[in-house]
Amino acid sequence: MSLKDILTPFTAWKRVAKDPVTVKDPFNDRPGADRYRGFHKNDVDVCIGCGTCEEICENEAIDLVPYTDPKDGDSGLRPRVDYGRCCWCALCVDVCTTNSLVLSNEYTWIAVDPEEYRYTPGVDKKAWDDNEKGWKKPEGNYEFYNLKREDMEHLHPEDRSSSFVEMVKGYSKEQAQAEADRCVECGICVATCPAHMGIPEYIKAVRHDDMEEGLRVLYETNPLPEICGRICTHKCETVCSIGHKGDPLSIRWLKRYIADNVESEKYKEILNTVDLDNKDKKVAIIGSGPSGLSAAHYLSLMGYSCTIFEQYDKAGGMMRYGIPEYRLPYDSIDKDIDYILSLGVEIKYNTRIGKDITLDQLGKDFDAVFSGTGLHLGRGTGIDGSDNEHVYFSTDLLRQITAGDEIEVAEKIVVIGGGNVAMDITRSLARMQNKKYGKVDIIATSLEREENMPADREEVVEAREEGATVNPGWAPQSIEIKDGVPTGLNVVQCKSLFDDTGRFNPQCNMDNKRFFEGTMIVQSIGQGMDLTYVSEEFKKNLEFGPRGRVQTNQHLQTGVNWFFMGGDIIVGPDVIHGIADGHRAAIGIDNFIQGINFEPAK
Amino acid sequence: MDLKNMFQMKADRSSYMEDGQDGKLITDLDSHKLLKIWQGPQHPGVTGNMSLELTVNGDEIVESKTHVGYLHRGFEKLMERRKFIQCFPTCIRMCVAEPDPNEYILSACIENLSGIEVPEMAQWLRTLALEMARLQVLLRGVPGQAGTFALGLGYQWGNYIRDLILDRFEELTGGRVYHMYILPGGVRGLLPDGFKQRMEDNLKLVDEFLVNINDLMYNNSVFKKRAKGLAVIPVDWVDKYGVYGPAARAAGIMRDTRKTHPYLKYAELDFEPFTTTDSDVYARSVVRWNDLKMTVDLIRQIMAKMPDKGEIKAPTPNVMHWQIPKGETYMKCESSRGEYGMYMVTDGSEMPRRVNLKGPSYTHANALLDKLLVNANIADTAAIMVSLATCPPEIER
Repeated sequence: MSLKDILTPFTAWKRVAKDPVTVKDPFNDRPGADRYRGFHKNDVDVCIGCGTCEEICENEAIDLVPYTDPKDGDSGLRPRVDYGRCCWCALCVDVCTTNSLVLSNEYTWIAVDPEEYRYTPGVDKKAWDDNEKGWKKPEGNYEFYNLKREDMEHLHPEDRSSSFVEMVKGYSKEQAQAEADRCVECGICVATCPAHMGIPEYIKAVRHDDMEEGLRVLYETNPLPEICGRICTHKCETVCSIGHKGDPLSIRWLKRYIADNVESEKYKEILNTVDLDNKDKKVAIIGSGPSGLSAAHYLSLMGYSCTIFEQYDKAGGMMRYGIPEYRLPYDSIDKDIDYILSLGVEIKYNTRIGKDITLDQLGKDFDAVFSGTGLHLGRGTGIDGSDNEHVYFSTDLLRQITAGDEIEVAEKIVVIGGGNVAMDITRSLARMQNKKYGKVDIIATSLEREENMPADREEVVEAREEGATVNPGWAPQSIEIKDGVPTGLNVVQCKSLFDDTGRFNPQCNMDNKRFFEGTMIVQSIGQGMDLTYVSEEFKKNLEFGPRGRVQTNQHLQTGVNWFFMGGDIIVGPDVIHGIADGHRAAIGIDNFIQGINFEPAK
Repeated sequence: MDLKNMFQMKADRSSYMEDGQDGKLITDLDSHKLLKIWQGPQHPGVTGNMSLELTVNGDEIVESKTHVGYLHRGFEKLMERRKFIQCFPTCIRMCVAEPDPNEYILSACIENLSGIEVPEMAQWLRTLALEMARLQVLLRGVPGQAGTFALGLGYQWGNYIRDLILDRFEELTGGRVYHMYILPGGVRGLLPDGFKQRMEDNLKLVDEFLVNINDLMYNNSVFKKRAKGLAVIPVDWVDKYGVYGPAARAAGIMRDTRKTHPYLKYAELDFEPFTTTDSDVYARSVVRWNDLKMTVDLIRQIMAKMPDKGEIKAPTPNVMHWQIPKGETYMKCESSRGEYGMYMVTDGSEMPRRVNLKGPSYTHANALLDKLLVNANIADTAAIMVSLATCPPEIER
């Protein structure tokens, strides 16, 4: 041991003159770093209560509690944080589908009551609500799930513009599984879907490549998956939580993927419908559209024998006669309908109620009657010249195309309307023009401006890709007729559609006129219902509400206890509402016939 | 009492335990020759909740038994009921003092089993975080060795600089103690603006600290007198008892995962871990002092070599239902205590089938410490334990 070893440690005394490094004033706050993971903040107006934060929290510190002021596409819940459990890992922030949940950089909080440490950020006001600093989801490619949708392959515009071959090709297995992987299983879609389909469950089945389970989930609430998988208005996708930061899930295409990938021969076995109960009761169904087929399906499962009365020679209603084949091929319709028929459902084709058999007679012959007759009547514009024989309704033309009737396609066509049906007829006629003349010359015009057009955006884009002109924002004034044949449509610019009170009251700029040339004019501004099959005597027992719709109770029962109505004539119009109605009515009819909470049939 | 022995400051062996027939000493508590002392589970000399059951004769330890079980939280089992992403906030508490290697080995296991390639930038940031973690541990660990001999001054110095490093952690990761920075797929943020400069300012303090602590500890007659020759680990025990890291390097065995099995960006860094052969408490402390010095140098190298921008996270499957195919893996890194690894088995579900942590404290504190404490003075217990860098949270997880 040297003298150095004894003396050297004393060099520590050189620090005695230095200032102490400890903080002298413990009462002043030391702010957390810019990224500090402190107490939660939540923008409740942006939050949709999807619950992914609750799901990812490994400490179960987050509960979703009811919120007083929810919006559309919202679960009506907001996360409540329990600081007795939270470990401030901020996974809830990173996984948040709307980026509404963040952490402040505040980390000190003193409260006497332990209950106070369980609070709902954004609802219970806190001192750090305006604190801009703190943990936010890292920028850049930092995502816990893929925000980009798997691209769906379409037929090239050149390949599809002259044929009615289905244009959407469908997902491959890899694509479908990648797309299904993006789902966070929040279930916001389930609440929004009119039929409340088990969407997260069937997406999970796709992920696990279990088509049979997927099909079972589909058929719990929707007996027309092939059809819905192609042409559903997919309200689920509009509210999909992933859509807030990225592309919503292709829920519709995933449904189609399941239905496409199960052979129709296996349906009965998978769905366990080989042997069904027989209750020895009969139900008549008017119309073989989505609501009628749905009602027939669920009633058959319950053991009722169902007879559908269909006015045309094929089943499907508007799905067959209103939607062009390139969007919904007939074999897809047949696949769904054939399965429903295999359950023992009988269809009487070419039978019109009111003409071939009266409604009252049906009431006598059957235990209950469900009517889902839809909206088949074209609505006219009523402008000068619209009564000309070369001025058509889109519903009539679409039906004739499906039926294979000869249509005299003009070289120049004008379509009035901006909805999906207008796009359907525009694109169908464009294809026929292309076949006949080798070129497309068709203009679709609507009152609504481009951004407000009721048609799906992709419909407008694809119509243009196929050569049609979509020229929205014009109000039709009159149809010029020369020698009994239209020469074109006079329009003026439409400035606004609704007045200050929100009433439909179009305002036009009469100075800005245009003339769209065309020797064939198609009106497609909406459809009306045809209730001529209900006699005036019968109507006295029914109650009518706004827009001439029949009033029904929650089971879709009308004023006549054995008569149920649903589908487009009650809600919608779209397929999925019809399917939901069919299911609801089936349960209502079952309850009614069994006399549960209902007066039994007389 | 033997007066001669008393003045020579030697232990009184007149009441020492007698040899038994099987070669072991007869531990007869009723003989009034022995005393049983429990050191821990709450004791300032024990770095966490762990207990040593010491049988002492006077102030000399004749038998020691390590008792654990005061800090068992069952993280390995909990992870079997957690989704992979949820394991990440769970695993950090397995070693509280140095949480970053926990995060790294978990992420590495998950990435290895699911075949994810971590982006370049994230690898550099991970390397930086791991070295910063080592820095903050050693800033307490190096002077802490003198602290066990009641020289607490260096510990105060080190703790202050450690707090500054925690400030750097706070601005980089959002947390001071539980950083939760390295997650499966990458890391959770780029360096904030001006980080490198602030880090360099702190490193200058560490440089100064290294000189000061050298004067205070390694040129200190008391420290030398007590630490030299204390608790020597024979070289043949290194394999026998699974000795890792600084303790192995103090015995002359080069064991440093960063060098022997380079991971992340260590292959691109220039460093040579220090080894010596004395294998006593003093040698282990000197190895740690050199480790601290090397870490400062490594952080400077990393900050100079790392790119400014880049991807911080590789795309992963949706974390809400991330399924990893059937498989098993063992991934390791070098913690301040030695090789720190995780064995993970997956069965294709959304949760790990089995997770097993392999840390150096388990063997060091359970098997090795029992042997090293025999014949040691009771006052040296804490010193020997700290020299092995035992971490009770890691033993029990």
